Amino acid sequence: MSTARSTELTGLTAAQVAAAVAAGEVSAVEVTAAHLDRIAAVDSQVRAFLHVAADEALAAARAVDDRRAAGEPLGPLAGVPLALKDVFTTTDMPTTAGSRILEGWRPPYDATITRRLRRAGVVLLGKTNMDEFAMGSSTENSAFGPSHNPWDLARVPGGSSGGSAAAVTACEAPLAMGTDTGGSIRQPAAVCGIVGVKPTYGGSSRYGLIAFASSLDTPGPLARNVLDAALLHEAISGHDPRDSTSVDAPVPPVVAAARQADVAGLRVGVVTELGGEGYQPGVLARFGEAVELLESLGAKIVEVSCPHFTYALPAYYLIAPSECSSNLARFDAMRYGLRVGDDGSLSADEVMSLTRAAGFGPEVKRRIILGTYALSSGYYDAYYGKAQQVRTLICRDFDAAFEQVDVLVSPTTPTTAFAIGERADDPMAMYLADLCTIPSDLAGNAALSVPCGLAPEDGLPVGLQVMAPALGDDRLYRVAAAVEAALERRWGGPLLGQAKGLAAPPGRGEASGTGEAGGIGR
Amino acid sequence: MTRAVTLVSYDEALARYEPVIGLETHVELGTVTKMFCGCPTVFGAQPNSAVCPVCLGLPGSLPVASRAAIEYTIRIGLALNCSIASWCRFARKNYFYPDMPKDFQISQYDEPLCTDGWLDIAVGEQRVRIGIERVHLEEDTGKSLHVGGATGRIHGADYSLVDYNRAGIPLVEVVTKPIPGTGALAPEVARAYVTELRELLRALSVSDVRMEEGSLRCDVNTSIAPAGAGSWGTRTETKNVNSLRSVERAVRFEIQRQAAVLDAGGKIMQETRHFHEDTGTTTAGRSKEEAQDYRYFPEPDLVPVAPSPQWVAQLRADLPELPAARRGRLQADWGLSDLDMTALRNADALDLVEQTVAAGASAADARKWWLGELARRANETGTELAALPVTPAQVARVTELVTSGTLNDKLARQVLDLIVAGEGEPDEIVAARGLAVVSDDSALTAAVDAAITGHPEIAAKIREGKTTAAGALVGAVMKATRGQADATRARELILQRLS
Amino acid sequence: MPITRDEVAHLARLSRLALSEAELDHFAGQLDVILTAVARVQEVAADGIPPMTHAVPVVNVFRDDVVVPSLPREVVLSQAPAAEQGRFRVPRILAED
Repeated sequence: MSTARSTELTGLTAAQVAAAVAAGEVSAVEVTAAHLDRIAAVDSQVRAFLHVAADEALAAARAVDDRRAAGEPLGPLAGVPLALKDVFTTTDMPTTAGSRILEGWRPPYDATITRRLRRAGVVLLGKTNMDEFAMGSSTENSAFGPSHNPWDLARVPGGSSGGSAAAVTACEAPLAMGTDTGGSIRQPAAVCGIVGVKPTYGGSSRYGLIAFASSLDTPGPLARNVLDAALLHEAISGHDPRDSTSVDAPVPPVVAAARQADVAGLRVGVVTELGGEGYQPGVLARFGEAVELLESLGAKIVEVSCPHFTYALPAYYLIAPSECSSNLARFDAMRYGLRVGDDGSLSADEVMSLTRAAGFGPEVKRRIILGTYALSSGYYDAYYGKAQQVRTLICRDFDAAFEQVDVLVSPTTPTTAFAIGERADDPMAMYLADLCTIPSDLAGNAALSVPCGLAPEDGLPVGLQVMAPALGDDRLYRVAAAVEAALERRWGGPLLGQAKGLAAPPGRGEASGTGEAGGIGR
Repeated sequence: MTRAVTLVSYDEALARYEPVIGLETHVELGTVTKMFCGCPTVFGAQPNSAVCPVCLGLPGSLPVASRAAIEYTIRIGLALNCSIASWCRFARKNYFYPDMPKDFQISQYDEPLCTDGWLDIAVGEQRVRIGIERVHLEEDTGKSLHVGGATGRIHGADYSLVDYNRAGIPLVEVVTKPIPGTGALAPEVARAYVTELRELLRALSVSDVRMEEGSLRCDVNTSIAPAGAGSWGTRTETKNVNSLRSVERAVRFEIQRQAAVLDAGGKIMQETRHFHEDTGTTTAGRSKEEAQDYRYFPEPDLVPVAPSPQWVAQLRADLPELPAARRGRLQADWGLSDLDMTALRNADALDLVEQTVAAGASAADARKWWLGELARRANETGTELAALPVTPAQVARVTELVTSGTLNDKLARQVLDLIVAGEGEPDEIVAARGLAVVSDDSALTAAVDAAITGHPEIAAKIREGKTTAAGALVGAVMKATRGQADATRARELILQRLS
Repeated sequence: MPITRDEVAHLARLSRLALSEAELDHFAGQLDVILTAVARVQEVAADGIPPMTHAVPVVNVFRDDVVVPSLPREVVLSQAPAAEQGRFRVPRILAED
């Protein structure tokens, strides 16, 4: 395939790809091949993928083409390529969760998310890099090396779904799946200048999602625009009898809401506690402008205080490690995965300990120890128990807020993408990236990040976070689509149009320079 | 562990110490599938042939609770007079062990499904009400084979082989409150409790409760304190108690062992001990530096269980007649004394007698044959009563034939012997072997005449009025007819002839 | 409440992590900082506040007592670090259960 054709195809939105495939204007195989070419061209620099399944992807694409040729009806995303975070089990690809302890593991079953995507005719290109067991905000905790932000390869793409965000940003795939536990979809989306959504907890199935924190983990979509995210959101959502915590209610009408894109009369609350000191000025500036924009579009803006949000980070960093210390106990070298030290002289306990020491990275170890501590007899009430109570109070803050407003807004994360290595050995500094995203994870309600500009001081993307009540996912899309449309009118195109380097639309090396402060030099 | 253990004699121990016992019983439920997944609950299948991502604990797997298992648990709680929780959760019990797929067990901690019940038992004349602390639901672990050691046990093994078929099978744990005040009867009380519990579980059809197969497992807690001490001693927990007899022996041994320790001025260690079937002794498990901290927390992958009052009421209404009630009813119906009833239970003949009565026999007849002739046969051949190849229906038929006069006791015994030997149904045997009582006068008359002729002196005595002597002639008639004569009719004919 | 190196070592043993001396030192320092930060939850007065269960509260999610096909045996054992006689072979276990 010619580079021109390839770049043409990889610049399309998911909706456009699906329409073109359905109309017979292009074959699913051609689209997939184009994206595989793009991966081959850029991924040695971006390092979004841990595993590329070229043959399987082409076969899946061919199957879509066959179905189309046979006149069978195709779903709304048939033929669209997708990058799958390596936390979802796949029978035909290794699944590592970014960890040495699962290096090479071939699951004997597909995650429900995986099955639904395959059934929808989505083409799985491969598995993306992530912070080990979803613990991190930069992919620097991956056992296989970090991914790189296509806007500036010396910077992080965010985490833990950094590989997925980078893949979409660099046009290696129009869609990606991530998981969000403390912000792991929204924060990467924000620092990469794309859309990332954390649906209502339980909105889709966790069966086959390698667990980090069971009461927080939420699968969700990443895409370069709001409508694409909505289409993916709908494709994966819905009750699963294999997941006791999945919601048995109709999927909120997110695609319709994305098309509606209208905020007139909507009440929007700005969260007092999510801003101020510790936030990069450029982030606050772009956020402020986004709020003004909403007002100009007809929304009513009020300031809302959620006083317990200041305890969200500490509560999260008690609950998540506690649950993970238990969830990760199963990696004991007995049934699958890495086994170290079994020379016949050591006991099972010793082999377990050596294996886990060799197989887990430092952040995972830290959280396991922290979680074990917080659950210990004598400490439970003061730590884990207390954190769960604080969590209830945070829910009540949200409930009270949503009495006054329809959605809440804040910056998605306090800073733009930081440099690789900058926070690597400072856990607390790393944790601060989740400041704004964590409250929604604790409450289990719906939230997303949509690009709202580039920070003037570094020309890097800033994300606007929108939060809605549980099962109110459609409100997110209404607001995000309205903001996106208005901003793109202002910019003369998508934010990525202003990017340089690998974040720039393929085929266009230089930023167009229109609109906001242009992209970053390299 | 070959060090000789000092024991105090049982009587001595009980003279100076008061025991307190407690029992934790694990029951494998007889549901079709496992607790949290659809794998079958099989026994004896090929290793690792009944596992799936969930019960193997594969990364990404999630549990979904079995309604049937919860229902069975509630029924057990109701039968034990417990309160049923209106809202409760599963909890994770965290510890590392190779037979635990997730290295945590989904169980219940401070929110068990059933609490605060009781079960009445009897030891001889003594009635004891055993308090039930809780009944909760959890999942079973896999099973390990230990390879390389001398005895197949853990000690000295080189490695182990694990089969996860059993992992995830629903397990109900029934925990008694401490049982003080049983004195010297403590071992018997423990045994009687497990026996009664087992019968109850069988009546509920929730488990096949086979101790030898592991579907009913007992841990026995024992402590002793000096008589009149006012507080209880430190308790030990004894595992690997695999039969009713072992329950009794384990308690007895622990009392004696602990008495010896205390007598020597020592202290009882709170520890887990292992019961040895062959020696009837307990030995200490590996000592641990600290007590296990299981770091329980509510299971986030499951939602709370909130049995509705309607559901519980329905389950209560549908409970079958429980063993104690049934025994009371049968004892009244059959007009039996407590002693008679105990004899029936000890012989494991209760069900058989009930079924025989249901098939038409009188209770007295049914008891007579099962506890008499058939018990004797079972003893001789070393089989259990219920394993004899004769059915209650057949026994009932035999008693019916006796009542109607076709058979007498002696013939009936012969018929039963032949049934056990496999010769067929009672009627078939009677016909084939010609074993019916002869009461037809013509046949009898011949035998009577022959007897009279053969014993002239006795005949003379009868003519003189000594009717009691007729018995000897009846005997002769019976002998001549190989026991098939109707003795009563023969006597009548004799007296007729000689009066 | 500072967390000591010994406590970290104890927790590492509990969670089956064979940490090196250097790791123990390093983690103890870091965990101390983190623990101090997360201990802030204790500032919140939460008497009588129930702990959170689920975002969309639901009870009684059950499955029917119907068999679902298990995994094929070869598949189950194929990923095992070691297998023998159709079972998972594991190093010798020291503790009694």
